[in-house]
Amino acid sequence: MKVFYAFVMDGMKTALRGGPLYYMWMLFLLVLIGITAWSYSHQWTEGMVITGLSDQVSWGFYIANFAFFVGIAAAGVLLTVPAYIFHRKDVKSVVIIGEAMALSAVVVAMGFVAVDIGRLDRAWHVIPGLGKFNWPNSMLAWDIVVLNVYLFLNLFIPMYILFKHYQGKETPVRKYFFWVVIACFWAISIHTVTAWLLSSNVARPFWHTALMAPRFISSAFTAGPALMIIILQAVRRYTDYPVSQSVIKMLAIIMTISLQISLYFVAAELFTDFYFEGAHAASMHYLFLGLDGFDGLKSWIWTAVGLNLVALTLLMVHKTRENRVTLNIACVLGFVGIWIEKGMGLVVTGFIPTPLGEIFEYSPTLMEIGVSVGIYALGAFVFTILTKVAIEVELGRIGKHKNILKGVGNISDTVKQVKTAAAK
Amino acid sequence: MTEQQHPDDKSLDEQTLPDLAKRHFFKKLGMVGATGAAAATGVSSAVEIIKEPNKPSWGGATFSDAMGDFFQDHYSRMSDEEMNEALERIKRKAKQKFGVDINCEDTKPMPDTYFGYALNISKCRGYRECVEGCIRENNQGRDSQVQYIRVLEMDEGDSNLEHSDHYYDPATVPVAGKYYMPVQCQQCDNAPCVKACPVEATWMDKDGIVVIDYNWCIGCRMCMSACPYWARHFNWTEPQIAAQDLNPNTNYLGNRPRMKGVVEKCHFCTQRTRKGRQPACMEACPTGARVFGNLLDPESEIRWILENKTVFRLKEELGTEPKFWYYTDEARART
Repeated sequence: MKVFYAFVMDGMKTALRGGPLYYMWMLFLLVLIGITAWSYSHQWTEGMVITGLSDQVSWGFYIANFAFFVGIAAAGVLLTVPAYIFHRKDVKSVVIIGEAMALSAVVVAMGFVAVDIGRLDRAWHVIPGLGKFNWPNSMLAWDIVVLNVYLFLNLFIPMYILFKHYQGKETPVRKYFFWVVIACFWAISIHTVTAWLLSSNVARPFWHTALMAPRFISSAFTAGPALMIIILQAVRRYTDYPVSQSVIKMLAIIMTISLQISLYFVAAELFTDFYFEGAHAASMHYLFLGLDGFDGLKSWIWTAVGLNLVALTLLMVHKTRENRVTLNIACVLGFVGIWIEKGMGLVVTGFIPTPLGEIFEYSPTLMEIGVSVGIYALGAFVFTILTKVAIEVELGRIGKHKNILKGVGNISDTVKQVKTAAAK
Repeated sequence: MTEQQHPDDKSLDEQTLPDLAKRHFFKKLGMVGATGAAAATGVSSAVEIIKEPNKPSWGGATFSDAMGDFFQDHYSRMSDEEMNEALERIKRKAKQKFGVDINCEDTKPMPDTYFGYALNISKCRGYRECVEGCIRENNQGRDSQVQYIRVLEMDEGDSNLEHSDHYYDPATVPVAGKYYMPVQCQQCDNAPCVKACPVEATWMDKDGIVVIDYNWCIGCRMCMSACPYWARHFNWTEPQIAAQDLNPNTNYLGNRPRMKGVVEKCHFCTQRTRKGRQPACMEACPTGARVFGNLLDPESEIRWILENKTVFRLKEELGTEPKFWYYTDEARART
């Protein structure tokens, strides 16, 4: 217990100390969080009327981001599986960064739900026992359960391992393997349930498709690795933590395949809707071609298609996938492309036309974006702290073990191996 | 408006804190563990209200009312005493906000009653009197223009909702070549909204009416996504009603004043129909197109219609089992 206290204290000290660049970065994030606090205070006092939402389009930017970031969270599993199931040492050394990303993405997703509900003061109504929980009927109730459990899993598995390393101990994988497997399945479940949150609505033909969950998973496994590749490069650049190029290569391959599948799914949806246009195709028609002179999302979705196609081309050509610059371009394009397609493109379109056939367009207000920026920043803030502490522990710079006293550090075996491999 | 309360002037112990509700809450709190965050939210928002007594927002008029609102339990778990406290709070808040003495009751469903509605499309002439009558009766926000009923103007020979005009505004109605179809909550027997709500803030009561507890709704709008009839409406801001326009005869699961951030919809006028009266839309309709009644009463007019007319229900293929039927006269009246 005493050791755990020291672990927490050392962690906090690490989070508070850093170079000027670190402070500037954190300050920048805090400013963004401040913008959110200010914007949200307006939403709180005036109501959600400050958003662009309406009875016609009752979910928008917030829920779009929620769905997207649940996907990013689910993608954390992409490092866990190769690390623990296929025993790739190079991946195992960075799996903690993937877990930090998953955890931060869950925070972002939950943040977007929090600002989207009209009565945050009544959030306690969803606590089972204390409130009234419509389980197992409500898909939203399911989502609350799976997201919280995922948050818990991504908090405690890495913390357990880090705490052991902090004490200079190696934990045999079999001790926590069970929980790792649970976390892998859970990652798929969070995104599946989020997709079902939309596809369960018989009232919204655009969402009411069995392809929704597979689409969500494939697009998550595109945007997730894209973000992870960028993050791992940032870690390699700004810290002395070893990140093997082989991990980035692996993620790029995963991203390529997922993007192919994702676009194939979009094509399948387009064919089904457009070959013989029924009433169900109205939303899709609005999205891609416009409906009755309204085409607010048309340029968005074509931009997304364009970005994804360019990203796919860059990823499918070996030369450009292995080139650092073009790979990064592909990652940014793919990330933004998926963000548009599955965020606004998917969520907002479901509401147009309304079940009574009305077309009412939506675009987010400046206030809505103001509320949102700090939620992204909060995710980055949490991620930065988690990664910083994890790296210090993994590199043996903080801890309660004899090597600390000798001042030589106690790098965990896996990290040591990767480091020597990198040196060669 | 002269008797407006200024909670700053009052010491806290002068006010009656809703002890019972709080005790109940903390008892449960102990059961499942701490929720410091939730409790803290309540306190800070209560402080905000005290600062601005003239701007009643979502909480209560006073500190004790804000706390009482915050800790108020789910409808199904409230004791009679807790319900009475809740009703008193609603009255106090209405007085504070509108300066009007309202009555608010928790009218239970009548025994052997199951309500249904039938609407004769050939009689509807698109006057929208039902829309107006509903707003006057049910205290919808006038600025926010929430309407429970939407009358669709349709082309003769076409029943595609996407071709309907929601905002028709000719000099006179009906327009030749058009017919009119009012749509409101269809009171589904298999309601997707009830299934979707994560906190059971909406449910079907014994008399078949799908009701909402505005004090339990968290405003997630899941039900709005689930509804195939676009019947549910959200209070995007605090609903505003002029004092003289407020209907003072209100019901807890009905037309009592709502707060911002919650969902509302047609509730078949519980405040009227549970006392044997007609819903306001039926009363307002000048053509007699609307027939409301008890489906369990074989002598009722609605039973006669279901047995003798060709009826249809909206989007029946979705399996929602609406208790709202449309029918036409055998030979449609031509204008």
